[in-house]
Amino acid sequence: MFWLNLVQAQSFMPTPATDIAQRVDNLYSFLLISSLIACIILIGGMIYFVVKYKRKSENDKTPRITHNNFLEFLWSFIPLVLFLIMFAWGWSVYHDMRKMPENALEIHIFGKQWAWEAQYKSGAATSNLVMVPIDTDVKLIMTSKDVLHSFYVPSFRIKQDTVPGRYSTLWFNSNKLGEFHIFCTEYCGTQHSGMIGTLKVVTQQEFDAWLEEESKVSTLPLAERGAKIFQVKACASCHSVADANVKVGPALWNQWGQQRNTSSGDIALNEEYTRESILNPNARVVKGYNPNIMPSFQGQLSEVELTALIEYIKGLK
Amino acid sequence: MGTASTNPNVNYLTEFSGIKSWLFSLDHKRIGLMYMIAILFFFLVGGIMAMLIRLELFSPGPTLFSADTYNQVLTYHGAIMVFMVIVPGIPAILGNFFLPLQIGAADVAFPRLNLASWYVFMFGAILAFTTLFTTKIDTGWTFYTPYSIKTGTAVITIVLAAFIMGMSSILTGLNFIVTTHKLRAPGMSMFDMPLFVWSLYSTAIIQVIATPVLGITLLLLVAERVLGIGIFDPKLGGDPVLFQHFFWFYSHPAVYIMILPAMGIISELISAFSRKTIFGYKAIAFSSLGIAAVSFIVWGHHMFVSGQSEIAGVIFSFITMLVGVPTAIKMFNWLATLYKGSVSFESPMLYALGFLFLFAIGGVTGIMLATLGVDVHFHDTYFVVAHFHYVMVGGTLMAIMGGFYYWFPKMFGKMYNEGLARLTFVLIFIGFNVTFFPQFILGAMGMPRRYFDYIPAYESLNKISTIGSWMIAAGFFLALYVIIRGIISGPKAPANPWGAKTLEWQTSSPPPHFNFDKKPTVTGGPYDY
Repeated sequence: MFWLNLVQAQSFMPTPATDIAQRVDNLYSFLLISSLIACIILIGGMIYFVVKYKRKSENDKTPRITHNNFLEFLWSFIPLVLFLIMFAWGWSVYHDMRKMPENALEIHIFGKQWAWEAQYKSGAATSNLVMVPIDTDVKLIMTSKDVLHSFYVPSFRIKQDTVPGRYSTLWFNSNKLGEFHIFCTEYCGTQHSGMIGTLKVVTQQEFDAWLEEESKVSTLPLAERGAKIFQVKACASCHSVADANVKVGPALWNQWGQQRNTSSGDIALNEEYTRESILNPNARVVKGYNPNIMPSFQGQLSEVELTALIEYIKGLK
Repeated sequence: MGTASTNPNVNYLTEFSGIKSWLFSLDHKRIGLMYMIAILFFFLVGGIMAMLIRLELFSPGPTLFSADTYNQVLTYHGAIMVFMVIVPGIPAILGNFFLPLQIGAADVAFPRLNLASWYVFMFGAILAFTTLFTTKIDTGWTFYTPYSIKTGTAVITIVLAAFIMGMSSILTGLNFIVTTHKLRAPGMSMFDMPLFVWSLYSTAIIQVIATPVLGITLLLLVAERVLGIGIFDPKLGGDPVLFQHFFWFYSHPAVYIMILPAMGIISELISAFSRKTIFGYKAIAFSSLGIAAVSFIVWGHHMFVSGQSEIAGVIFSFITMLVGVPTAIKMFNWLATLYKGSVSFESPMLYALGFLFLFAIGGVTGIMLATLGVDVHFHDTYFVVAHFHYVMVGGTLMAIMGGFYYWFPKMFGKMYNEGLARLTFVLIFIGFNVTFFPQFILGAMGMPRRYFDYIPAYESLNKISTIGSWMIAAGFFLALYVIIRGIISGPKAPANPWGAKTLEWQTSSPPPHFNFDKKPTVTGGPYDY
């Protein structure tokens, strides 16, 4: 299989981290080589003919060759056979991509503008981080909270749209430790290209320890719990908490008690206004920012979680 | 209108004058030129948008403008290039001008309808452009729901504009079908028609059948946004994937609306500049019809990862592979036409050979994308962007340029500067490859499309791509200069500068108002060299 390896080195795909990815690459190498041969025949043939049959004089006579049924058959049939091989091979790889393993570790994924949220069965929740153990079948059960997104891990060669009102699934079994990009590949608005998560593959021990730690959020002090929720809900992708830099939304660092100039009058950033902005963000938008950007979290946060968030924001200095 | 004059100094350009003689002209040639002026302008706008996109992507991070502005520029680039340049381009300009000439007719079957099509098209286009000055649109040219329902931008206006331009497309298609059937010169059977006519005919069938589906889809979208009827929005009980089915049911055949006429031009050019009869005339003609037929049942290959069922994906992948066959047939027939020909390298032929080169690459990468397991990785990455630019720009635009230089002497009765025209080819061809080949690699590396910003690993290839775009721009601006200079001060063109055999070369350059002083009678085939 030397020639397959040779092409792979040239194919620029990210290093495959699953068996499926390796199979995709093998098929891609076959496609690449067949394409190369096809291009050499077509483009090479064209160059050969135009050089060989370059016009010698204005009085050149050309033979009248109208058609050749055998040739027509040949150059329909050979491509057809090739295409059918590619189709069948592609189907077989695709079939195994779509065949969900049983007894897999199930993780719920929510796409939203503009972050990936992951929810584990233990209660642990993360944002833009999917932590999984190595050499384990992992099944993602995915949906979207707003518009279409698409969950794409280049190193695994897998991709699936997340659709609001539907569940879609994806599975993988990583054989490499490390961190891999999760891209959103379905256009979803302003921060589409910023919707990048990390898929982190760790050992089983590390994973277990991490999961236990993350599942204990409800026992933390309020402000710390608020910080966790702030991170899980990816609030920081629009609101900066470490400095006064303005992202998509207003910064929250050092703002508690400060006057805000909103669409319906001035108001200090207090418990009341914070709560309203989380649950009904369009009610009073700070001037200079677009309405309809901040999603409503109505029904997604408990009273305790809301209080925890407020306590966290209060303490940002 | 007056009757055709036998005076050789009077032609369709000089017989009448004044702005009204253009705006109310029923002459298919003048209408073709009016389309040309409009579409050239749209191409300029869409091209500037493309340059801005590449400029922003020169470096990672926000450089030129904000993410929102970028998304708008990207949407306008796509929508303008698809709906206002590539879809109408060849049929409305070159088709209008040369379909009647190539079949020896005095005009199209319904000249008034033809003029009406132009006005409908212009109305839609102007409506679309008004949004540039109000709230802009940021959905991408595909208008995918539910984003297009939620976003606060001018979706309704643009969608109505696309609907109206679709009407124009249907009317033009209808006109061409009737013209092809009823107005052929005495003695010309369907199989004596030039292949450009065959390709326009196949295209017209798709236009008439597929475009209404786009119209209905867009109207449903408007109904949902304005009246709150739940069709695509899950909040109202609708299904966003349904929109994708409807949208691609039109937009995939539309891909063939864009490429079939280009293939027709290539058949003309290769035969004319090889001074040799076309190889496999019937194979090429029937493959056009075959592509047109199959193009209706492959739309699901845009949706392999959208959530459609596995079995649907498998069926669409299979049928898509079948479209590859008639396309391969055409490529091999063009090659066989070159065999033992007398090949010369004037600029139209350079563009035709450039088409073969780029379309070969566009074609094989299309097969890669049709292959299920591999497409999951490539879908919605720059690999797809590179692929469809190789087909649409490397294919259709190369053919438009080649066809334009080929028929320029007939249209304006003047010759352009051949050396400069060849230089435009060199700039566009090299610039194109420098711009788009790196995008295949970016896609293989995993860079998603419609990205305002990217991770540092993608920077160097993006830089190369942007530099290539400057070469393309230089090529097209030079081409504009060549054309304008040719029209103003080019030397007079003979009736048949290339020694071609199709009917349009039998009349004077430029042709008289009713095309032929004496109705031609056809006794031989279009490629009897």
